[in-house]
Amino acid sequence: MNLLLLLLIPLVTALAVLLMQNKQQVRWAAFIGAIMQLVLAVLLYACYRTARLGGQTAAFLFEKKYNWFPDWNISLHFGVDGIAIAMILLTSFVVIAGVLVSWNVEKMTKEFYFLLLLLSLGAYGFFISLDLFILFFFLEIAVIPKYLLIGIWGSGKKEYAANKLALMLMGGSALVLVGLLGMYFGGAGKTFDLLQLSTVHIPVATQRICFPLLFVGFGVFTALFPFHTWVPDGHSSAPTAGSMFLAGISMKLGGYGCLRVATYIMPEGAKEYANIIIVLSSIAILYGAFATMMQKDLKYINAYSSVSHCGFVLLGIGMLTQTAITGSVLQMVSHGLMTALFFAVIGMIYERTHTRQVEDMGGLLKVMPFIATVLFIVGLCSLGLPGLSGFVAEMTIFVGSWQNADAFHRIATIAACMSIVVTAVYILRAVGRTVMGPIRESYVHLTDARWNEKLAAIILILGILAIGIVPSWLNELVKPGAAIIMQKIEAIK
Amino acid sequence: MSEFITIMKSELMVTAIIFILLFIKLGKGIKNEHLLAGIQILLLLNFAAGFFMNFEASLFDDMYQTTPLIAFQKNILNLGMYLISLLFADWFKKTDHLAEFFILMLSALLGMFLLLSSGNFLMFYLSLELATIPVAALANFDLQKKISSEAAMKMILSSAFSSGILLFGISIMYGVTGTISFAALPALLDGSTIQVLALVFLFSAFAFKLSIVPFHLWTADVYEGAPFAVTSFLSVISKGAIAFVFVSTLYKVFQPMHTVWYNMVMVLAILTMLVGNLFALRQQHIKRFLAFSSIAQVGFILVGVSSNNDTTGIPSVVYFILIYVFSNLAAFGVAAVIASHWGKEKIEDYRGLYRSNPFLSWVLALALFSLAGIPPTAGFFGKLFLLTSGASNANYAFIGIAALNMVISLYYYLRVIRSVFMDKNENPVTPITIDPYTKLGLIICAAGIVLTGVLSPVYDYIVSLLQVN
Repeated sequence: MNLLLLLLIPLVTALAVLLMQNKQQVRWAAFIGAIMQLVLAVLLYACYRTARLGGQTAAFLFEKKYNWFPDWNISLHFGVDGIAIAMILLTSFVVIAGVLVSWNVEKMTKEFYFLLLLLSLGAYGFFISLDLFILFFFLEIAVIPKYLLIGIWGSGKKEYAANKLALMLMGGSALVLVGLLGMYFGGAGKTFDLLQLSTVHIPVATQRICFPLLFVGFGVFTALFPFHTWVPDGHSSAPTAGSMFLAGISMKLGGYGCLRVATYIMPEGAKEYANIIIVLSSIAILYGAFATMMQKDLKYINAYSSVSHCGFVLLGIGMLTQTAITGSVLQMVSHGLMTALFFAVIGMIYERTHTRQVEDMGGLLKVMPFIATVLFIVGLCSLGLPGLSGFVAEMTIFVGSWQNADAFHRIATIAACMSIVVTAVYILRAVGRTVMGPIRESYVHLTDARWNEKLAAIILILGILAIGIVPSWLNELVKPGAAIIMQKIEAIK
Repeated sequence: MSEFITIMKSELMVTAIIFILLFIKLGKGIKNEHLLAGIQILLLLNFAAGFFMNFEASLFDDMYQTTPLIAFQKNILNLGMYLISLLFADWFKKTDHLAEFFILMLSALLGMFLLLSSGNFLMFYLSLELATIPVAALANFDLQKKISSEAAMKMILSSAFSSGILLFGISIMYGVTGTISFAALPALLDGSTIQVLALVFLFSAFAFKLSIVPFHLWTADVYEGAPFAVTSFLSVISKGAIAFVFVSTLYKVFQPMHTVWYNMVMVLAILTMLVGNLFALRQQHIKRFLAFSSIAQVGFILVGVSSNNDTTGIPSVVYFILIYVFSNLAAFGVAAVIASHWGKEKIEDYRGLYRSNPFLSWVLALALFSLAGIPPTAGFFGKLFLLTSGASNANYAFIGIAALNMVISLYYYLRVIRSVFMDKNENPVTPITIDPYTKLGLIICAAGIVLTGVLSPVYDYIVSLLQVN
């Protein structure tokens, strides 16, 4: 299977969208493109599984290498392992749901879908890159579409939020860039190739400088405390699909980068800084959870809870055990699906009630049973109810964390566990106030979800259930990838 | 004789065009439209011819040298000239003295060609003057505008000052070493204090022309006052040529003193990026805005220069200038279209541009993203390669400052993008019918911005030129 297809399909779709004559055609073109992405992602998973069962043991499958800038040793080097496939699947799910919920965007529809597809192109490219230069290239490609999506189609303080997001993410990528250059010159003799860099031993002095640069740089993308401040503003101002892509895909770029680039290539660095990572992510988990308690706007609730949930991703990485790392990948996928669904539902509610304030709502279950049910499901997933994906991911992280037997790790784990109680409080409160109780008179005539919204929600719920009920497939997919990272970390003990 | 013609063909082509224009001027008046079309064809031919018969040679006892790389650098300038003749067609059609305008511009270009090829300080100085004085006359071309004369005055004074400094530096250098030849000089450099002094003087002359901080003060005023065509000539062609010469002089002639100039380049790069960026933050006038942004861009060029590595430093600078030609000319082109139709040159006047003029908006957005170094535009590759060559000295704090400066610069580029795409305007710019020539120019620029980066053969080609050398 040629991974270039993953880039070509979004690219062709994006260009096709530009050529369409009217809005209806634009929507269908984007939808068909998104379906193709989904089919391709599932196909990729199937091929990968067959290849693994067939005894392929290489760390990365479907490798392809094309020379790009030979004078700099830069090549279009693609390949996937289980972690990347999990992220690709996540991306394709979120893309199709995002395209569906944006069906009624009337303002500059063509540009809107073009930017959404460009964003998905950046994400796929990022996940399949095995060359750090092109990885960085795709990381930055995704920044400007986000800026424009928020700034043009957003609401509230959109210009401020868009600016903040673009500048903070660019600041993060500036750190990443310096870290990458450090590895280019300090590693295996001027190469950006991930596989080559992973086989050589980078001097510990270089790792001490480059690891924090890379980890913090990628961390900005995934709301590492204290660089999370763009998250609430960005998410709450973005249009529905924009928030879904931001939280569902874009924040995962950071987590994936922390894992794949920083931790995998520089295990000594990871070990040295692991305690700081754990402290910061524990703060993010607790702070995010408590900050969510104070929020009254549904989008802010989900944005702050994203800070908390993404803290688990970094916590899992910082714990440096195989189970915890597997768990943090599961958490990325789970949180991506869940938060995308959450934003989609908030978008649906807002479109009908024209408010996102929890206290202005109530009784929505009576008029929009479908939307209210979905909100319930996503809320339960967020607070970690067994049977849904959130439970699986968080449980795996806790189990992995507990394997570290010293007091420091134990305290951090317990602190992170406590956040679940807080999560339950704010989720149940918000969901309960929104969908139950007496209904306001002005809401009586509201309608339930349309076909496109139902389809989007069902696709994402299927993803959540697939992980929640049968977690083993995803676990099996991710585990070898985590094992390879752990091998490198254990080798230095 | 025939050898002389092939070796100096770039210069002779430009001279021939100048003569043709002179003769046209002698005869009966030709309509501006026809004359402009003729000039465009001549410049296009000139550009096309630049690709052929390039080899390494020297003339007049090494006073004039050429290599494939130098020929390519000249051709980048040719390309820029051709684009300028397309982009500012509106203004050219209206001006009274079109032939003179191009005669002056081409004379300056001829000066730059000779500068690129110069093999000793005498040739260097003479051609630099030839490259400067016509531009001062050009800056004054909007005769009815007072600000234009002011720009010309500032330009000529600051050029005279920098020429003086340059001459002083050359004299000291000659006094110490007894030679003005570039080939003989490196062997005689030992880094003594007086030589460092001479280097500092030479360096400041370059700094003036490249508007490196703290020698940048003339830039914004001159850019603002001069007509768009001249501003873009100054900021793209002139700066490009000087940057080429700057790199090759430092790398080839002053190689023995690289420890001295490395520190100078590093400090000035940081200063230039910071000052350019910080001043650009608050500019309201699009020309001043682009002036400070181009100062910041020079700072990035200096980062690449600091690598002191032939095989990465030179190609990354040449590549960046090529991209810079497309990006900056596109930005100036769009600004000129809006100014000539609306007479508006403030960034706030661009609010709501996207609704009425999507084409102009997208070209402007591409140009600004490329200047900001955002992928997939070529500017990303240009900047990244500059930073990568700069990082070869393992000076990560320096590279870190440069990378953070990219973030600062993004802020003000986004300010314009925000005006164009997001802000509302009660009385926005009405749809503009763009002159077909201008449109062609903008399309070439946009294609250049998109393709020069993604297509790696462009960069490979530049490196291959270097290896022949």
